[in-house]
Amino acid sequence: MPDFDPGQYPRFTKEMKQTHTILIPNMAVLHFRLMKIALEQAGYHVEVLGNCGSQVAQLGLKYVHNDTCYPALLVIGQFLDALNSGQYDLDHTALLITQTGGGCRASNYIHLLRKALVKAGYPQIPVASLNFSGLEKDSGFQLTLPLIRRLLACIFYGDLLMTLRNQVAPYEDTPGQADALTDRWIQELGNRFALGRGISAGEMKRAFPGIVQDFAAIPITHVPKVKVGVVGEIYVKYSPLGNNSLEEFLASEGCEVNVPGLMGFCQYCIFNMSETKRLYGGKAWEEFAPEFLLSYLDGIEVAMGDALRAGGFHAPARFKELIKLPDGIISLGAKMGEGWLLTAEMIELVESGYENIVCAQPFGCLPNHIVGKGMVSKIRAEYPTANITPIDYDPSATKVNQENRIKLMLAVARERLEAKAQ
Amino acid sequence: MWKAGLDIGSTTIKCVVLDEEDQLIYTSYERHYSHIVEKAEELLRKMDSDFLHGRQVLLSISGSAGMGLAKSCGVPFVQEVFATRVAVNRLQPGTDCVIELGGEDAKILFLTNGLEVRMNGSCAGGTGAFIDQMATLLKMGADEMNEAARGAARIYTIASRCGVFAKSDVQPLINQGGQIGDIAASIYKAVVNQTIAGLAQGRPIRGKVLYLGGPLTFSDVLRKSFDESLGVTGLCPENSLYYVGMGAAFYSDTAFDPLEVAQRLKNYSATATYASEPPLFENAEELAAFRARHARASVPTVPFVEDCGPVHIGIDSGSTTVKLVVIDGEGRIVYTNYQPNLGNPLPLIREQLMKLYREHPGLRIASATTTGYGEELVKNAFHTDYGLVETVAHFTAAKTFLPQVDFIIDIGGQDMKCFKIEDGAISNIFLNEACSSGCGSFLQTFAQALGYDVKDFTALGLFADRPVDLGSRCTVFMNSSVKQAQKDGASVENISAGLSISVVKNALYKVIRASSPEELGRNIVVQGGTFYNEAVLRAFEKEMGVEVIRPDIAGLMGAYGAALHGAKLTSPEHISTILDLQALEGFTQKVRSMQCGGCTNHCQLTVNTFADGARFVSGNRCERPVTGKATDESMNLYAYKRELLSAYTPQEGKRGRIGIPLCLNMYELLPFWHRFFTELGFSVVTSPVSSRKLYLDGQATIPSDTACFPAKLAHGHIKALSEMNLDAIFYPCLTYNMDEQLGDNHYNCPVVAYYPEVLAGNCPELENTRFIYDYVGIHRPADFVRHMTKILEKYFPGIARAEVSRAADAAYAEYQRHMQQLRQRGREIIERARAEGRRIIILAGRPYHVDPEINHGIDSLVARYGAAVVSEDSVSWMEHKFPTSVLNQWTYHSRLYAAARLCTEQRDLNLVQLVSFGCGLDAITTDETREILQRGNKLYTQIKIDEITNLGAVNIRLRSLLAALDEQDRLKSAGEQKELAYA
Repeated sequence: MPDFDPGQYPRFTKEMKQTHTILIPNMAVLHFRLMKIALEQAGYHVEVLGNCGSQVAQLGLKYVHNDTCYPALLVIGQFLDALNSGQYDLDHTALLITQTGGGCRASNYIHLLRKALVKAGYPQIPVASLNFSGLEKDSGFQLTLPLIRRLLACIFYGDLLMTLRNQVAPYEDTPGQADALTDRWIQELGNRFALGRGISAGEMKRAFPGIVQDFAAIPITHVPKVKVGVVGEIYVKYSPLGNNSLEEFLASEGCEVNVPGLMGFCQYCIFNMSETKRLYGGKAWEEFAPEFLLSYLDGIEVAMGDALRAGGFHAPARFKELIKLPDGIISLGAKMGEGWLLTAEMIELVESGYENIVCAQPFGCLPNHIVGKGMVSKIRAEYPTANITPIDYDPSATKVNQENRIKLMLAVARERLEAKAQ
Repeated sequence: MWKAGLDIGSTTIKCVVLDEEDQLIYTSYERHYSHIVEKAEELLRKMDSDFLHGRQVLLSISGSAGMGLAKSCGVPFVQEVFATRVAVNRLQPGTDCVIELGGEDAKILFLTNGLEVRMNGSCAGGTGAFIDQMATLLKMGADEMNEAARGAARIYTIASRCGVFAKSDVQPLINQGGQIGDIAASIYKAVVNQTIAGLAQGRPIRGKVLYLGGPLTFSDVLRKSFDESLGVTGLCPENSLYYVGMGAAFYSDTAFDPLEVAQRLKNYSATATYASEPPLFENAEELAAFRARHARASVPTVPFVEDCGPVHIGIDSGSTTVKLVVIDGEGRIVYTNYQPNLGNPLPLIREQLMKLYREHPGLRIASATTTGYGEELVKNAFHTDYGLVETVAHFTAAKTFLPQVDFIIDIGGQDMKCFKIEDGAISNIFLNEACSSGCGSFLQTFAQALGYDVKDFTALGLFADRPVDLGSRCTVFMNSSVKQAQKDGASVENISAGLSISVVKNALYKVIRASSPEELGRNIVVQGGTFYNEAVLRAFEKEMGVEVIRPDIAGLMGAYGAALHGAKLTSPEHISTILDLQALEGFTQKVRSMQCGGCTNHCQLTVNTFADGARFVSGNRCERPVTGKATDESMNLYAYKRELLSAYTPQEGKRGRIGIPLCLNMYELLPFWHRFFTELGFSVVTSPVSSRKLYLDGQATIPSDTACFPAKLAHGHIKALSEMNLDAIFYPCLTYNMDEQLGDNHYNCPVVAYYPEVLAGNCPELENTRFIYDYVGIHRPADFVRHMTKILEKYFPGIARAEVSRAADAAYAEYQRHMQQLRQRGREIIERARAEGRRIIILAGRPYHVDPEINHGIDSLVARYGAAVVSEDSVSWMEHKFPTSVLNQWTYHSRLYAAARLCTEQRDLNLVQLVSFGCGLDAITTDETREILQRGNKLYTQIKIDEITNLGAVNIRLRSLLAALDEQDRLKSAGEQKELAYA
């Protein structure tokens, strides 16, 4: 076995910014398209991986402990598959992976990736960590303030485009218009970023109504459709590779899908810092700095919600409202993995009419035992109409089984929809 | 218009035709052996020719295997649980709850007081398929099993989570001579427990209960078993097999001409869009060359003649087969026998031995050695000379065959053993965990399910053009993967090849965790009955890209090694103690089941008594039922921990009684909280020590069936506390643990940290209890007082901060004292073991692994082998923080890494890691621990535990470890002597 010496892994140095292509695994498709643009404008050479297929999971299974969570298997498998493809100059390729730094095993992905690279014969490939927790301080990949601002903008715009697309596409008269408009806006936003525009809070607030109006102009016919919300472990929630193209399947079953945005997760991570201080003690700034940041983000969220409502769309609850929802169900102290946010999202969905919910998680996901499956009966007790089905994803959970369970949930949903119509 | 419904399940296809008045005209029920399309087509044609005669019919399709088919022929699909509901509402109005078991699905429908429909998750495996699997294991048909279960006198504990688990519980029961009827009834009970635990999830099942589906229709014992557990009298209505089909028919609203649909099905050419692997053999020449190469690997064999001199017998009593090998003084084989054990190996072995005596009147047996699962039983029954742990037996055989062997893989019927050999001794052992036992019997079960003999079935795959890629997961998942492949149009040939490949992948990636051939070494010997199978052998070579040696006696290597072992230990004049012909003729075996009364464990004992009065007891966790004396626990730190914890009894308290569940992290923090609340004037009551009953009492409220067993056990503790009439139950959420400066952070795992949230959300008995599960930070003593004062104020107003402060000081001191005691005792045990020359095992787990219901007495087992047992937390303090290749952020696991590191620095320390099944963190920690140990040239041993109670596999592991350590010591001292001689 090639030895892995802890601490002796190749660093991503500052110079590599010029010389190396950075590969990024795909997760939230829209958001990552925007982020690629932002990173490139910050001087990095970036490629978001699109490779999929069974060899991705197979490589993951081969090089990572099989009981590790599915997202780790997939992300690492996707990287290795890309490196095996021969498309990349192995001396000038680096990998980027996110690290949340919480008590969940996800914080270890980067280490599993490094181990796997050594085992697979790519010990020279540097891995950079994208995190807000101050991990990996010696890396040449550092989030500078301008870059952070751009990435935040990407997430806001991504959430908005995703929300709009999901509300328009199921009802549009000419199928494909919402998708085409989404593509156009991604390009347009890229152009704006290049000119340094559209990034500040003020500019975002001014840009939102324009985007919403464009989507509102797409001709639609409103027919009653089953409304389904998707929550879950963040990777399988968003990544089509991770959830067997769940959104596509739901669309093919004639549903309107609501996937709560990525900004909520960022705010949740920020909020946890201050909540930790409140619960256990700490320095005063540990509470106030995150709160300050949250109110800055809230201002943008308010503008986005206003724009959506003005265009006749449903606006997701703001983070400030989300944090009130779990009261009496789960404490805001549950901060590992998706933590209390997942529970809050389920409640928010039920309250806003998306009472049919797929709760997607990797098989054996630890936080989900608590905040997902563990909270279903409590939510049901409070909201008897909640129609929640937890679905496990792993390399050999078959699509047939998953779809069958989702179909059961949909059958109940359709029956209710018909009962309502009568 | 008439209506029809097709219900295509995982194993059967059901057809229902109704007339205008919804009267049943026709029903059919048959196994489809995966020929789904053909069967459906046949039924549709029959529908037309027998009843409809050209008329149209309202048609829909339901069932787990019907989804793709419905799509392909354009017929509406009705989800099967939904269909059931439609039928029940129509035919049995007023039903409160439906329990429906199918081939692979289990469902519960709550119809009144809030509709809820539940299906088993992807982990729970099948129920009908599970019963079939178990029946196969008992060598019975499903009806026979039901018949046998009627006369059951007792129920054994069988892990109910999945077939593979249950198998490893059932197999030893069979091997140890348990009564078939009792085992059969226990299997049904396991199904009941599984259904209730997995699906009811806290919701009570009562009122009018309906039983539907195949297994419940065919087995009255199963229905009775449900009745007993639920305390209801359920109804199995007329046509209970056809509810899904009828529901589909009731729901149908689109008219079809059945002939036209049949035609569409016929035209539905299998699109074969499944993921595939390259073929095993491209052509016949390749196969011929492959066969020629493997034919060269043979063991010398000579005829069994009168003057062949004294012989040595090796008997390998495996999980599903019995193997017997006779060798002469030169190690040449003179006789072999290999047969399935039919549940009880003894009569078969007796027969074989008698045959040997009768056919060879002058036979001189110098030694007889037993090995395998049934080693002890066979040894005691026939008085053989030696018993040998099977890993060493296999190694002995392989070494004789290929002296430079550096890796051995043995895939048997039920288990998989792999070992790496370095410097002539076993340096690493990989055994399949209870969860991945997909081995020979797995292929067999599948072959049978598809209607083939296993030999023919696997041979089908040799030239398959596009073997199905089935992954490498646990076998229960494989059922659904195969189902999916069939749906995608994979041929039986390609499924067969795919299954053979999956067995190999399972061995390589799940058990061995290898990623390249270099990790295994150059000289690989593969053995075990499964490797007779050419498809598996080929798949293995292809997957690893190496050529391996498969001895011609691949399935007999254990017995051969045992015989060789006997030959090595005896001189030619030695006369074996094995029973002679006369004794064999009079041999009898009586099996009795009884409950041991020696202590509160109440082990379920199986006592075999033989004609000569010899007795063999199994199922015991300690020596008491055998020797009458308890095992000496003075060198067992786990026992010491339990003793310390039991000292925390309730004191008088003016403020009321507060309960603490003795589960998860409370195994470590009880001293802290007990002292804290006692100091505050509460009487602190702990929940009782875990037991099987306590677990079963709480299992109905478990929401996630894949959580770890220690967490699930918490439900029982809460239930027990809720019945004690307490003023409050205290079980706080702890994101962070104490910081011991050994890692980068000091988290608890998500389950330990937040399980109280799950209990609060799912245990109805807590509704009327004051359940205190606030978030507490014990890692910041300075802030603890302020926050704790505020928390207590909510429940017990008026406790002053100063009081809390005093209590906190006492609590922290008590915790320190407790940990100090552990460390002190750990040191004493190590010192004493060194003085006495005992082996020292660090049994490394987490604090709650001292719970005997969780560790199943593994600590005592190690102690019974004469080794001293210390825990990871009693030695981790001897290390400082050091770099690890993973993020070292959980307090419990930091101790684990530190303990592993300590092993590499101290020659006589060895580590055995306890891993809870379903522990996600251990996917990370096991690899890291293994690496730390291997860097220091130490053996890594892992024991995975769950609710499973069988210690057979654990025994093999521990004995293998001890045997490997002995061998290392022997080689080392031999090496030292050699050096002396040269010097």
